[in-house]
Amino acid sequence: MKFRTLEELLSLCEQSGRSISDIMIENQAAESGNTPDTEFMRMAEYYAVMKEAVQKGLTQDTTSRSGLTGLDAQRVQKFNEQGEACLGDIAGTAMAYALAVSEVNASMGRIIATPTAGSCGIIPGVFVSAQSRFGWDDEHLVRGLFCAGAIGYVIANNSFVSGAEGGCQAEVGSAIGMAAGAMVELRGGTPKQAIHAVGLALKNTLGLICDPVGGLVEVPCIVRNGFGAVTALAAADMALAGVRSVIPSDEVIQVMYEVGVSMPEKHRETAQGGLAQTPTGKRIIDELRRKDQ
Amino acid sequence: MRFKDVFAIIGPAMVGPSSSHTAGAARLGRAARQLLGCQPEQVVITFYGSFAETYKGHCTDLAIVGGILDYDTDDSRLVTSMEDAEKMGIQITFKVGFGNYGHPNTANIVLKHGDKELTMKGASIGGGNIEVSKVDGYDVRFTGNYSTLVITHIDRPGMLAEITGLLQREGVNIGHLSLDRKGRSGEALTVIEIDNPITSKLIQELQEMQQVKEVRTVELMKRG
Repeated sequence: MKFRTLEELLSLCEQSGRSISDIMIENQAAESGNTPDTEFMRMAEYYAVMKEAVQKGLTQDTTSRSGLTGLDAQRVQKFNEQGEACLGDIAGTAMAYALAVSEVNASMGRIIATPTAGSCGIIPGVFVSAQSRFGWDDEHLVRGLFCAGAIGYVIANNSFVSGAEGGCQAEVGSAIGMAAGAMVELRGGTPKQAIHAVGLALKNTLGLICDPVGGLVEVPCIVRNGFGAVTALAAADMALAGVRSVIPSDEVIQVMYEVGVSMPEKHRETAQGGLAQTPTGKRIIDELRRKDQ
Repeated sequence: MRFKDVFAIIGPAMVGPSSSHTAGAARLGRAARQLLGCQPEQVVITFYGSFAETYKGHCTDLAIVGGILDYDTDDSRLVTSMEDAEKMGIQITFKVGFGNYGHPNTANIVLKHGDKELTMKGASIGGGNIEVSKVDGYDVRFTGNYSTLVITHIDRPGMLAEITGLLQREGVNIGHLSLDRKGRSGEALTVIEIDNPITSKLIQELQEMQQVKEVRTVELMKRG
């Protein structure tokens, strides 16, 4: 790849007058040795899986093996349809879709890790809901995935994208940053605005710990995907409106790394702290252990 | 760079619930299976760190066994891998490991078939990506994102030049190479990640080299 930082990515865009997704597709083809079309087709298949997962989560039983979670997406979607959502229809739908994909994941269904399974609902939630609202074709959204991927590539290589290494900020936080930046490009914003959206979004999840109850990707992971979709839309709107990330986005990524490294192990996916060790969290762990034996 | 391309970030397509604990674990299992070269009869899996804490909840056990049965990350049979293995008469033991393990999501896999045995240690480093750090006691480093040659050979001068010379003649480009040995003038293990698919001709030519004892391969990426 010809870029390591968001600043380098931005200067590639500005020198050539092209979008982040264009730069990513070209670099990806160079890295794999395949044609840009081949790489595009592969991403298109992934987008199809994302759309299937949204549909599945909205229509099928998503009760997880543990029985702890499931069907929340359908509850939220029904509430949206009644015109009751405080968020309004747009953000409410993104939230429902994100919950849907995340519940499919928890019930051992097929999803695309973006960047991880724990955070797999955010990008589909934002993308699939925006597609129907704005009437975009699939190709536009597939380009958006390359844009999101470019941002994620920088975050992953300068910080991390796994909860075990950097806490939930690394998973859900990264996905929100990726979705926000991609949404800016999809809406016709500049690469610079897209990069600002990443910094704005990441700042809002710094320090978020990974504390899954019973070690399962369920509580609080699923609802954090729902919240994440809404936050991504908010960050995209701020950036499109001209709000800047005063601390440059690359520096925010460095902060995420610093915060993640100093996070105690109990708050990095081990289920030894946070929500996992509340009285209810512990009771759930006990019950699951008994069920296993 | 730990993450090489856009599909290390968007992807893999996988069965939930966790890219580190399910998809990464399946890929670790599959790498070990391919190194053994056949279906094992006995499997001993030791989990460390976060793997050890949460392997049941994340279905890491199902995923790693699925991988050992050669199932890919998005194979819906991962859900039934434990029953599948039982039907095939494969004996599986899980252990929890202690001590220095490096990465928080680490597993050690021992596979046996007859008198063939393979020990592999690796970590799931996030987003379904893996890093293998030990094979049969040798220090190695490969990711499964490329076609990988694992060559056991005699430790003597010029060996590496002969191997890379052969690869050059075959037009094979090397992405990463690591070599380790247990002592001087014994056996060494060379692991080479290459950009090209591995052909049977390449394996045969490597095997015919006089001081090459064994050639194994790992190929985890779908080739379209």
